[in-house]
Amino acid sequence: MSQTYTIHIDGVAIQALPGQKLIEAADAAGIYIPRLCHKRGLEPFGACRLCTVLVNGRPGTACTTPVADGMVVENDIESLREFRKQIIEMLFVEGNHFCMFCEMSGNCELQAMAYRFGITAPRYPYIWPHREIDASHPDILIDRNRCILCGRCVRASRDIDGKHVYDFVGRGAHKQIAVNAAARLADTNADVTDEALNVCPVGALLKKRTAFQVPIGRRLYDLKPIGSEIESDGSTRID
Amino acid sequence: MMSNCKAFIKKACRDVGKDPARLIDLLHAVQNAFRCVNEEAIDQIACELQIPRVQVDGAVTFYSFFSKEPKGRIIIRLCNDIIDKLHGVEEVGQALTEELGIEFGQTTEDGAFSLEWTPCIGMSDQAPSALVNEAVVTRLTPESARQMIRTLRGHMDPHQLATQLGDGNNASPLVHSMVRNNIREPGPIVFGPVNRGEAIRKSLGMTPAEVIRVLKTARLRGRGGAGFPCGMKWEFTRASEGDRKFIICNADEGEPGTFKDRVLLTEFADRIFAGMTIGGYAIGAQEGLLYLRAEYAYLKPHLEDVLAKRRADGWLGQNIHGKQGFHFDIRIQLGAGAYVCGEETSLITSAEGLRGDPKNRPPYPAQKGYLGYPTVVNNCETLCCVTRIMEEGAATFSEHGTEHSYGTKLLSISGDCSRPGVYEVDFGVTLREVLQMAGSNDPKAVQIGGPSGQMVGEDQFDRKICFDDLATGGSVMVFGGTRNILEIVHAFMEFFVDESCGYCTPCRVGNVLLKEGIERLLDGRGEPNDLEQFRKIGGMMKSCSRCGLGQTSWRPVITSLDHFPSVYESLVREDPDGFRRSFDLKEAVALSEDITGRKSIHA
Ligand SMILES: Cc1cc2nc3c(=O)[nH]c(=O)nc-3n(C[C@H](O)[C@H](O)[C@H](O)COP(=O)(O)O)c2cc1C
Ligand code: SF4
Ligand code: SF4
Ligand code: FES
Ligand code: FES
Repeated sequence: MSQTYTIHIDGVAIQALPGQKLIEAADAAGIYIPRLCHKRGLEPFGACRLCTVLVNGRPGTACTTPVADGMVVENDIESLREFRKQIIEMLFVEGNHFCMFCEMSGNCELQAMAYRFGITAPRYPYIWPHREIDASHPDILIDRNRCILCGRCVRASRDIDGKHVYDFVGRGAHKQIAVNAAARLADTNADVTDEALNVCPVGALLKKRTAFQVPIGRRLYDLKPIGSEIESDGSTRID
Repeated sequence: MMSNCKAFIKKACRDVGKDPARLIDLLHAVQNAFRCVNEEAIDQIACELQIPRVQVDGAVTFYSFFSKEPKGRIIIRLCNDIIDKLHGVEEVGQALTEELGIEFGQTTEDGAFSLEWTPCIGMSDQAPSALVNEAVVTRLTPESARQMIRTLRGHMDPHQLATQLGDGNNASPLVHSMVRNNIREPGPIVFGPVNRGEAIRKSLGMTPAEVIRVLKTARLRGRGGAGFPCGMKWEFTRASEGDRKFIICNADEGEPGTFKDRVLLTEFADRIFAGMTIGGYAIGAQEGLLYLRAEYAYLKPHLEDVLAKRRADGWLGQNIHGKQGFHFDIRIQLGAGAYVCGEETSLITSAEGLRGDPKNRPPYPAQKGYLGYPTVVNNCETLCCVTRIMEEGAATFSEHGTEHSYGTKLLSISGDCSRPGVYEVDFGVTLREVLQMAGSNDPKAVQIGGPSGQMVGEDQFDRKICFDDLATGGSVMVFGGTRNILEIVHAFMEFFVDESCGYCTPCRVGNVLLKEGIERLLDGRGEPNDLEQFRKIGGMMKSCSRCGLGQTSWRPVITSLDHFPSVYESLVREDPDGFRRSFDLKEAVALSEDITGRKSIHA
C-alpha cells in the first residue's frame, strides 16, 4: 500500500486510505459514527445528517467527507449527541411510526437508533401526515408511513439491480418515494430477489410473508444495540 | 393521448437533441402547449430520452411551474409574500376569486383561467404584483384586478395587458412590460456609464492569470449572498482539469424582497454577458449559461436579442474580438419555480435536467460542476462588477466601500417606505442612512438579507451594511410601527416550508416544526418551553442541514426572538394545571368521535 493518512477521531489516532470517506475509515477502526441513510456498498447520499461530525471544527457529514491527512474529527460529543437526538425525533414525528405493530420492530435501524440514544418519546408534536401504501405487488409491500426518505432503495435499485425502480417525487415535506410506473409497483419490473429489498433501514419496503420468521425478542437489535457490530478495537487504530 | 400531442412531444424531444440535460426546457414546452405534463406525456418523454419515467416524474413534481393536472390557458400567479400582504394583496386576491368564480388553486370550468399564489416574483418595489402567464402586472388594486380579468376575457392575451409601459428597456418591443426599474440611486460602479466592448478589449490584452490578479487586487467578493472572493473562485476553476469548463450566471433571484438583478437584466445585460465572457477567458471556458428564473421569462426575448447582437458584433462566438483560439458563447437556461435552485449546486443540478437537489460538497463546482466539469457560478451583480473593474481598473473600484468590503452594493428596498426601489450604495453605509434614503418614517423592524437574513430593530440601525456586519445579498424589507412581527415571521417560515427541497431531515422537518410553533404562539397556545425548543431546532438546522437553505432558514425565528424578545414573551404562558397547552383534547378526539358517532364526555 502506497500511502496512508493519519486522522484523529475524538482523540484516537487512526489510519485512513486516500479516497476513503470518513465513515469508512472510522468503521475500519471500530469507531461507530451513527448513520441511517448510509449503507456500505451504496453511493454516499448525505440526507439523514445523523453522521454529522465536526471536521477541524466545522460540521460535515462523515458519509460524504473524504479523508485528508491530519484531519481532526469530533464525533461522540455532547452537542452532536443532542443534534442526533433531534434528528431521530424529527424522523419519528414526520412519519407514522407505530413500532408496536410494525413487522420491522427489532430489526429497524430507526427504532434501534432511538434506543441507542435513550429516546423514549419525541419532544416534538406529531405531524401525522397522510401517506399512501402500495400493496399491488404480489411479493413486495411499500408502506410510506414508515419511509424516512433515506434513498437506499433508490441507489440499490439503480446501481446494484440496474433497474431504477424507485426514486423520489414531490418537494419539501411532500417529498415521497415513488416507483417507475404511473402508479403501482406491480407495473414495474421489481422482483423479490432485488437487492433493493434488503437495504431499507425501516419497515417501508418489505418482502411480503417474511416479516415474522424471526420472533420479536430475538431480532438483531433486541439482542445488541445498533452500532455494536462496528465498535471494537479496530486494526487500523494507531496506539 | 391525442396523436398531435404525441407528435408535438416527439418533435420537442428532437429539438433538444434528445438530451436529458435539457429536460426542464422540454417540460416547459409541453406544459405551455398542453397546460400540463400528464402521465402519458411523462411516459413518452421518458421513452424518447431513454431515461426512467420516475426520473421525469421527479422533475415534474419538483418545480412549481409544472403540473400533472391541466391548468387554464391563462395562469394568474399572485404574489403572496409579506410585502404584497402589506400592500393589500389579500383584497386583490378576494377580487380575483369573485371575478373568476374560483378559489386559489382552482381552474375555471371553461379551462380559461387558473388562479394560484406564488412566492416573491421579484417585484416587491411595485407590489402587489402577479404573473399572468409570462407577463407581469404590478401595483394591483381590487379594481384593477377585476378590470384585468374583464380585459383578458376579451382578447385572452396577457401580453396586451401592459398599456402603460415601464421606463427604459421595459418599454422596448421585446420586453413590452409595465414593470418599472425604480433605480433610485444610481451609483458609480454597477450603474456607471456604459463603455461597450472596453472591458473585453482590455481583458483580452492580458493573460488570464493577469485578469484574475486584477480581480484579486480589487478584492471583489460575490454579491449573491455568500461573499466568496471572485478572483479566488476563478483561480480554482482555472486550475481544475477539464475537457470542458463552464461559467454560469446566477439569475435565479429568488430571495424574497430582492429585485436588483431584474433591473440589471433589463438595463445592463451587456455588462453581465461581458463579465461572463471575461470569466470564460480567465478560467478557460467556452460555454456560458445564464440560469434565468422562470418568473423573469418575460425578459428572455430581450436577453436573446442582446446575445444575438453580441454575436453579430464579434463579442461572442469564434475568435472573439480577433483573439485567435478564444471561443465563447452563452445559452439561456430557464428555471421552473424553485427558490432552492438559486443555491449554486442546486442550480447546476437543475440545469442538468434533474430535480433541483443540492449536491454533496466536496467536490465543489470549481472541481466538478455542470455535467461534471469545472464550473464557476456568479451572481449577475458580481459579473457587472467584473466588467467595470476591467474597464476602470481595480483602484477605482476599491475607492468605494470598507476594508473588507470594497466597492458598492445594490440594495432592493421594499415595504413601508415612500421610495421603494434599487439603490447603489457604498459598502459601509449605515442602515439608518439607507432607511432615510428610502423615505421610511416609522420603521419598527427591518428584515435585511431576505428571510434567510436577519430581522433587526431600531437599536441595530447604526450597524453598517458590509460583509462583516450586516451582510446582505441586497434585500431590505422595511416594516412600519403597526406591523405584527410574528405574522411576518410566520410568512417567512411558510415560504421555507414550501421551498425546502426535502432532501435532508433538519430542513425538511425543522422548518415545519418552527412554522407550527409560531402558529401555536399566534393562536395563544404557546408555552415558555417553545422558545427554548425554537433555539434548539435552529441550532441543529444551522450545523446539520445539507445546504444554505436549511442552514439559515431558522433565522427569521431566532433573530426576531433575539431582537424582539417581548413579542414572544407576551405570547407564552405556563398552563395553570400543568398540561401542555399545545394539546387540544377536542381536536385529538374529533376523528374518533366522527367514526364512532359518539361524543366524548371530556372534550
Ligand atoms: C437557498 C439559496 C438561494 C440562493 N439564491 C441565490 C440567487 O437567487 N442568486 C444568487 O446569485 N445567489 C444565490 N444564492 C447564493 C449562491 O449559492 C452562490 O453563492 C452565488 O450564486 C455565487 O455567486 P457570487 O459568488 O457571485 O455571489 C443562494 C444560496 C442559497 C443557499
Ligand atoms: S423505502 Fe426504505 S429504503 Fe427506500 S427511501 Fe424509504 S426508508 Fe429509505
Ligand atoms: S437544507 Fe436540505 S432539505 Fe433544505 S433545501 Fe438544502 S438540502 Fe434541501
Ligand atoms: S448517514 Fe451521513 S447523512 Fe445520512
Ligand atoms: S414580488 Fe411580492 S414580495 Fe417580492
